[in-house]
Amino acid sequence: MKFGVVVFPGSNCDHDAWFAVSNNLGQEAEFVWHDAATVGDVDAVILPGGFAYGDYLRCGAIAKFSPVMQSVRKFAASGGLVLGICNGFQILAESGLLPGVLVRNRGLKFICKPVPLRVETTNSPFTAQAQKGQRLVMPIAHGEGCYIADDRTLDQLEAEDRVVLRYLDNPNGSMRDIAGILNEQRNVMGLMPHPERVTEPLMGSSDGLAILQSMVSFVAQAVTPVLSAG
Amino acid sequence: MTPQVVEAHQLTAAEYDRIVALLGREPNYTELGIFSVMWSEHCSYKSSRLHLKKLPTRSKLVVQGPGENAGIIDIGDGYAIAFKIESHNHPSFIEPFQGAATGVGGILRDIFTMGARPIAVMDALRFGPLDKPHNRRTLEGVVSGIAHYGNCFGVPTVGGECVFEECYSGNPLVNVFALGVFRKDQIFYGKATGVGNPVIYVGAKTGRDGIHGASMASAEFTEESKQKRPNVQVGDPFLEKLLLEACLEAMETGAIVGIQDMGAAGLTCSTCEMGSRAGTGVEFDLKYVPQRETGMTPYEIMLSESQERMLLVAEEGREEEVLRVFRKWGLDAVAIGHVTDDGILRVKDHGQVVAEIPNRALADEAPLYDRPHTKAYRPVPMNAPAIPSRPTADAIKSDLIALLSSGDICSKRWIWQQYDHTVRTNTIQGPGSDAAIVRIKETGTSIAMALDGNARYCVLDPREGAKLIVAECCRNLSTAGALPVAATNNLNFGNPERPEIMAQLVESIEGIGEACKFFETPITGGNVSLYNETLGEAIYPTPVMGIVGLMKTAAPTPMHFQTPGRAVMLLGGFGQCDETHFGGTQYAKVILKSLWGLPPALDMDYEMRVQQGIRDVIGAGLAESAHDISDGGFAVALAECCFGPAEVGANVSPSLEGRREIALFHENPSRIIISTSEPERVQKIALEHGVGCAKIGVTMKERIRIGCGSETLLDCALRELKQPWETSLERTLHQP
Repeated sequence: MKFGVVVFPGSNCDHDAWFAVSNNLGQEAEFVWHDAATVGDVDAVILPGGFAYGDYLRCGAIAKFSPVMQSVRKFAASGGLVLGICNGFQILAESGLLPGVLVRNRGLKFICKPVPLRVETTNSPFTAQAQKGQRLVMPIAHGEGCYIADDRTLDQLEAEDRVVLRYLDNPNGSMRDIAGILNEQRNVMGLMPHPERVTEPLMGSSDGLAILQSMVSFVAQAVTPVLSAG
Repeated sequence: MTPQVVEAHQLTAAEYDRIVALLGREPNYTELGIFSVMWSEHCSYKSSRLHLKKLPTRSKLVVQGPGENAGIIDIGDGYAIAFKIESHNHPSFIEPFQGAATGVGGILRDIFTMGARPIAVMDALRFGPLDKPHNRRTLEGVVSGIAHYGNCFGVPTVGGECVFEECYSGNPLVNVFALGVFRKDQIFYGKATGVGNPVIYVGAKTGRDGIHGASMASAEFTEESKQKRPNVQVGDPFLEKLLLEACLEAMETGAIVGIQDMGAAGLTCSTCEMGSRAGTGVEFDLKYVPQRETGMTPYEIMLSESQERMLLVAEEGREEEVLRVFRKWGLDAVAIGHVTDDGILRVKDHGQVVAEIPNRALADEAPLYDRPHTKAYRPVPMNAPAIPSRPTADAIKSDLIALLSSGDICSKRWIWQQYDHTVRTNTIQGPGSDAAIVRIKETGTSIAMALDGNARYCVLDPREGAKLIVAECCRNLSTAGALPVAATNNLNFGNPERPEIMAQLVESIEGIGEACKFFETPITGGNVSLYNETLGEAIYPTPVMGIVGLMKTAAPTPMHFQTPGRAVMLLGGFGQCDETHFGGTQYAKVILKSLWGLPPALDMDYEMRVQQGIRDVIGAGLAESAHDISDGGFAVALAECCFGPAEVGANVSPSLEGRREIALFHENPSRIIISTSEPERVQKIALEHGVGCAKIGVTMKERIRIGCGSETLLDCALRELKQPWETSLERTLHQP
């Protein structure tokens, strides 16, 4: 399968995602420049971490208007898998592809550390290979990762089984300990932790493979990329 | 030119006469400004150059020694690393956040201007004690600034050190080390070669920020220094990231012949140094320089230290290939002039010549001073005060907790959790370890690196102190299993015009030279920061070493005990320490609140054999954990070995002689604590190197006990020690 890794000028986890996919997963991966009119013939898109356009404004607020996000929007609408990691999650939220928004961490400081997470659902292309309730440890590295949304949105996310990952020890103040969520169609996922940073034993853990390998299996098996909701 | 104007530029009358002689005429105002920054201490090393020549700079692996933007080491398989350490002390005092941020930006540019992609940053920080609110503010500002710049740029900050001492209250130190990797056949130098080749300005627009930053960094602080805030530049890490990608991509076109970043002294320094290195001239017109503000004078444009700018020389006729890359990344890139054959820096403003100076006069003819140096300043007694006897288990426990909670020894988690230390997925061992390790993905090699400084040792004896620092750095690398291969140094001292301060500098340099020669770690570059004085009070002599080592990429040997029931061994032996050599220890500082005598005694030959021993033990796969003994001595090191996630402690009974406080807390070098399942094989290797390696106990779950014969010196649950160690810094910073 082929992953497209979007490169904004300030992306800085683009190579990490590329390396995890191509070296540790043995899949094809190519970069997609931020002004690309199309994401090309890829099976999945990764929006990597970083500071897309500097993010001196709200994170992702400018990326939302980039040409590539129009392409990603179309790709998602056609059922393609989109994984937004860290800054990628912020961009998906700003773009309206995912509900809610990410604001400054509760402690107002950037935090980089491994955090324990619980897999809340396996009914998604991103976690089908994991076990419900499974504990995964992945690093976070963000200053604005506190997930907030209104109660109705949060209730809806939970009712529709769209909270994919929760923090076991909430590091940033995210509402209801949310670390990762799905869109309604379940083909777009955003998460603050970095699965691509833990994909081989040398990095201290391979827990991130649970996410990326689920995507590979899903694409390999998919007859049609549309999932049943709920 | 009046004497007042000359003096305001921090040039002496003799220096001014030298300028007139070199030019054969009086300089104009712009030229005077240009000379003043190039001949500042910061840019010219005029007080230290003579002595820096004593440092070893060559080895089989050194590709580039001092004199370029960074030193370069061959790491094999066609790859090389570039690394250097640089200070941003004065700006960080005036404006902690931006001062530290631009310090990171400056050293990163030094690395990628050579064509290397930065893959690691480390910081050595010095602040005044945190019971003073302004020191807490400075620390918070500096750490946020480093985090802001490094995290956005996308380089992992993988380690460093942070020390608190009263002498840094009015003069904090921020030394930033950066390291990058590249192919050995893709190294770029700061040379303006090829007469007729275009000179291209790229990156941020030039503004009025940072004018005379280099001169400011070459003066002592007074009450008025805080007024110099406009001299501190403002950093834009996003722009720097664009500059990095664009430069590396432009280099791949093959159309770039030379490149240098605009750091201290900005456009002035980059143009004259590139010309001087190539023996050429550079001519350009200021009207082409992208400007952020209107009405800037030639003087201001030439002296601006606006950040995130580069100067490059392209092959004539291939400019467009280069410009295209910068356009892609949305950056300004303008040909502002060309290389000439007359060796002159010729600056025009709309066609009119505003400065005309031989490049060599600026870059190579700067004054060189053999400043008088007498006996090193040593404001402390030789004899030990009465050391109260505290041999009871209760006293030892409370002293150990006090040490573990003290600023220098406590966990720096609060600091390094704010740094992204795993981006780029190369960090095999991150902050909080003896050495940081990053792998090189392209080869099977990893780079270990350690920063170290100990100003208390150096104020007691600058020469021995400096040697101890080199030894400790190398030991940190060896304890990680790496072979130390090269070094960079940052020399932070007071006013060199005072002979007793100059003596500290000279003796430290000689000590570093001697040790680096012995440990075969040549100095490939570095930085000298003088005039670190506030209101006439100098900092302790603070040389900081950054040493890199090479190792095969493999899972690291952790410093923490992993499994209960393993043998605990002390490679190098317990050692003896008298009261005189106890005066520079953390115990003396924290418990006795005193400083006296001499630093710990170092036997470099023995140290070398201990290091060879640990590398062999690790190489044979025998060490389940390894941690060297340094600040706080044996008791602190043993506690640190127990602070891992596995919560494995130890029960040890070393044979101690003499006073218990001294035995447990002295800081003799050449000692490493190992845990292993094969003590006999470890002992055999130690024996081959002629060093002691006694089994002193076994690891056990959740407790730590130190006994000696029938005496129990310490016996407690790990969490009683770990909790204060882990949370001390947070608690101190969050106090009202």
